[in-house]
Amino acid sequence: MDTIVSMASALCLLLGSFLCLSGGVGILRFPDFYTRMHAVGVTDTLAAAMILIGLMLQNPEGLVMLKLLLILLMTIFISPVASHALAKAAFKNDLVPLSDSNENKGGTESSIS
Amino acid sequence: MLIAATIAILLVMILGIIRGVVGPTLYDRILAVNMFGTKTVLLISLLGFAMGRPDFLDIAIVYALINFISIIGVLHFSDSAVFKHDPHDSGSTNKDA
Amino acid sequence: MRDLFAVIMMTGIFGLLSASFFVAMDAVDVAFTEASVGAGIATLLMLTAVTLTGRSEDSERHKPMWALVVVFTTGGLLIYGTLDMPYFGFAEAPVHQHVAPRYIYDSMQETGLPNIVTSVLASYRGFDTLGEVVVIFTAGMGVLALLRVERRPGIDQIMADSIFYLMHERHLILRIVTKMLLPFILLFALYVQFHGDFGPGGGFQAGVIFAAGIILYAMVFGLNTARYVVNRTFVRSLSAIGVLLYGGVGVVSMLLGGNFLDYDVLADSPVAGQHLGILLIELGVGLTVAAVMVIIFFNFCGRRDLP
Repeated sequence: MDTIVSMASALCLLLGSFLCLSGGVGILRFPDFYTRMHAVGVTDTLAAAMILIGLMLQNPEGLVMLKLLLILLMTIFISPVASHALAKAAFKNDLVPLSDSNENKGGTESSIS
Repeated sequence: MLIAATIAILLVMILGIIRGVVGPTLYDRILAVNMFGTKTVLLISLLGFAMGRPDFLDIAIVYALINFISIIGVLHFSDSAVFKHDPHDSGSTNKDA
Repeated sequence: MRDLFAVIMMTGIFGLLSASFFVAMDAVDVAFTEASVGAGIATLLMLTAVTLTGRSEDSERHKPMWALVVVFTTGGLLIYGTLDMPYFGFAEAPVHQHVAPRYIYDSMQETGLPNIVTSVLASYRGFDTLGEVVVIFTAGMGVLALLRVERRPGIDQIMADSIFYLMHERHLILRIVTKMLLPFILLFALYVQFHGDFGPGGGFQAGVIFAAGIILYAMVFGLNTARYVVNRTFVRSLSAIGVLLYGGVGVVSMLLGGNFLDYDVLADSPVAGQHLGILLIELGVGLTVAAVMVIIFFNFCGRRDLP
């Protein structure tokens, strides 16, 4: 039983790390703001959830478990909302998404260096 | 396994810093800070377990909250008029928002 | 970087990074303070300041060459000075010989608190902490004296504003999530405040978290609504009450025959007295810090909203 739980914990941590890394590569390599945002926003929540579940499977005692659960709940609420607010603010301030048809090079505002 | 995950998160943090320094638009920087914040929460929780000090989880909770509040703050103030007319601004895309 | 906004974002990243560094060095309380103050509230206050002053840096009229030279020389000298220092974590180092053993070995018997940092901050070094609280209080008073906005919105204005904000579909998701999170933020601040004796935390951190919750409310629901909820006169008097509570504990301990801020005489046994004293002064610190942060934010924002 113990080995199964620790294996599951390791698997969750590994998956979380992988998702984190893919998000990190995404934020560096994708061409414009919205695609980067998609890379980070999608992977972030699941990666955090996976790592926290992995930690929960390490058999901590009561209060620690409760705190981990609290962090998990907060991440699940906060991370998508922050992404949503960010994307909305960017779109409202006329940051144009990259597409085939327009000449815009994908969110290179001339004013901001 | 805890150590491996910690190293992976540190790597991702470095990538995030690069995007924050390079990142051409304002929102890229905000995105980098946001990602950095979530990764810090994870890093602190992992370090707490790796070092056997579960006290650290309090700090992780503070981070999760403070990160949200500062992102909302940044977006709130980026709506204000000062941010829209930039002195160096010459016909940019965000002029008439 | 000429764009001050980008500079603030990088400062935020720096705060997060240095807090991770403190965590790695096992300094939990310092990391806590850095998390709540350095990464959180300082970023917000700098942002409000930037909205008052404008977003880009002025072009300088002189070349900052000499300043760079001075900075590099000083930095080089400081690094040269560290070469003589004992190794990191060296047990015979002078810093570990003087008062540190007393704190580590005796604080549990003398104050009965498991968190040494709290007992040093609030009991052994209580006078220094009183000075810090007075500094924060003075900063709040300075902001009030310089930036106070006397335009007081009428009740009709407030109601109109809040109805506008409530009915307005903008930020709908943010509002709902904020409403759900706000009780947890305030509850967590209280936990940090009163659990500071046993775990990481204390008055400074709790005050900042509490203020951050109120600031979040003000940002999402509008400044006038927040002003209606959080009475300004009440907040101002609260910032003074915190300092008075701190000083009052000292005066009471003097009246009971001890030294200033000597909590041993406050209750029947010294340990119970220490407990009571530390709890009270942490409460004073928390009240002052929260009130001053709210004052600073409201006055900065109120000035920005002036026509």
